[in-house]
Amino acid sequence: MSRLTLLALQVLVAIVAIAIWQFFTHVPINGRLWLDPFFFSKPFDVVERIWRWFVTGTVWIHLWVTLVESMLAFVVGSLAGTLIGFWFARQPLIAAVFDPYVKMMNALPRVVLAPIFVLWLGLGIWSKVALGFTLVFFIVFFNVYQGVKEVSPTVLANARMLGMGERQLMRHVYWPSALSWMFSSLHTSVGFAVVGAVVGEYLGSARGLGYLIQQAEGIFDVAGVFAGMFVLAAFVILIDALVTVVERRLLVWRPVANEARA
Amino acid sequence: MGGAETGRAGGRAVDLADITIAFSVAQGTYTAVERASLSVDAGEFVAIVGPTGCGKSTLLNVAAGLIAPAAGRVSVFDKPLDRVNRDAGYLFQSDALFPWKTALDNVAIGLDIAGVERGEARTRAQALLHRVGLAGFANRYPHMLSGGQRKRVGLAQVLIRDPKILLMDEPFGPLDAQTRQIMGNLLLDLWNADRKAVLFVTHDLEEAIALSDRVVIMSAGPASRIIGNWKVELPRPRDIAEVKLERAFHELHREIWQVLKSEVMKGYTQAGAA
Repeated sequence: MSRLTLLALQVLVAIVAIAIWQFFTHVPINGRLWLDPFFFSKPFDVVERIWRWFVTGTVWIHLWVTLVESMLAFVVGSLAGTLIGFWFARQPLIAAVFDPYVKMMNALPRVVLAPIFVLWLGLGIWSKVALGFTLVFFIVFFNVYQGVKEVSPTVLANARMLGMGERQLMRHVYWPSALSWMFSSLHTSVGFAVVGAVVGEYLGSARGLGYLIQQAEGIFDVAGVFAGMFVLAAFVILIDALVTVVERRLLVWRPVANEARA
Repeated sequence: MGGAETGRAGGRAVDLADITIAFSVAQGTYTAVERASLSVDAGEFVAIVGPTGCGKSTLLNVAAGLIAPAAGRVSVFDKPLDRVNRDAGYLFQSDALFPWKTALDNVAIGLDIAGVERGEARTRAQALLHRVGLAGFANRYPHMLSGGQRKRVGLAQVLIRDPKILLMDEPFGPLDAQTRQIMGNLLLDLWNADRKAVLFVTHDLEEAIALSDRVVIMSAGPASRIIGNWKVELPRPRDIAEVKLERAFHELHREIWQVLKSEVMKGYTQAGAA
């Protein structure tokens, strides 16, 4: 299938969905509307709302705040996850000692931490960064740990035969392997950074996309809620596309899984 | 049966004396190799042949210093070996290239580690890639290369350090028949240039005779021993396809196969019983 056909079909899905939405919010069947505009709003109201946000420029500050929070959570979480993952993988004793605590922390639904972070760090961006951090950290941590552990024994033996000492093994073998695992989880970790930021905003803040949605919900402004969701979705897709570009550059050496299909 | 040492100039590159290799397993100890003695002279090409699971690769790992034997002595150029064998290059059976490095960087890594300046290392790596017939593939990553091409890169990676000893563990095992033949000839070409000591492990007797100066046969495991030692007096330089047509080749093959056959059958019975 050509890219153009694919794109056309993808757009068609959106058009059909919006058409259904439009139809049932405007045309009564058996004397009543199947989708009550009070609960479902109307496509054009939502479009108009998004339009107004961008034209008046009120939405930019919210987008910016969410972006900053997500990126901070991602960078700090990845850094910590990489370092500690690496350290644990190279020090089995430490890994064994901390194992139950790591599992415990990871099992905890992070949402319950949000109020505590607000209490500790206030309503500003840092409580959101902290929430995103707890999500990103574990993804990166587990991936890096795995990456170091799963280095092929043959590659390792080869490296030693080629004369590598412990430090060179780190640099030429363990490190690239760990990073490749980290990069392969890039989509997930960036996604979770955004989730952390938005959920944090939703639970208590004065700015950000999560705040925008929460405010609209508070006054039963469904058009505002939908508009916020669409902006958030577009924001995530944009970031994801960016990650894909970065990933392609960083992981050129990796075989593409669906190469055969193309 | 041959077996007399020629004692070439340069002495013994590798000397394995009374090597026993054992692993601890759930049921106790598993003895893979028992009291095996084998030496490779400088410049000599020795092939070890044995049935599957006879511990020939394990013996090679001992010569590489990757495994310490339970008993016996390993010496390299008359010095006892107590760590990784720095005089040896090792070509592995399965993929051992660094997947995150290009072919060029994979070949150059041995020099990088030795502290050779980066530019010079790349120049020398490129020259070696040219010699193994991969001049145009320097910037490919391993997954973009075919199995045979990866072996060529592996060979270049090992040779760039100019090791005095080459250890090869069924290096051409995973390749198809034609590629094996081409790789065998490439190996002989490269070897002819400077005649390193080679210890070549294979389960393919034809390959062993075609390549080597001496063929060593191991018995079926566990506790395999070395049960035979034949000199290959075929003239060099050889072409693998052609040498297999010679009468001397066939006679030797028949002679060695008589011994090897029963071991292979034993190997199968044991594998079947297990």
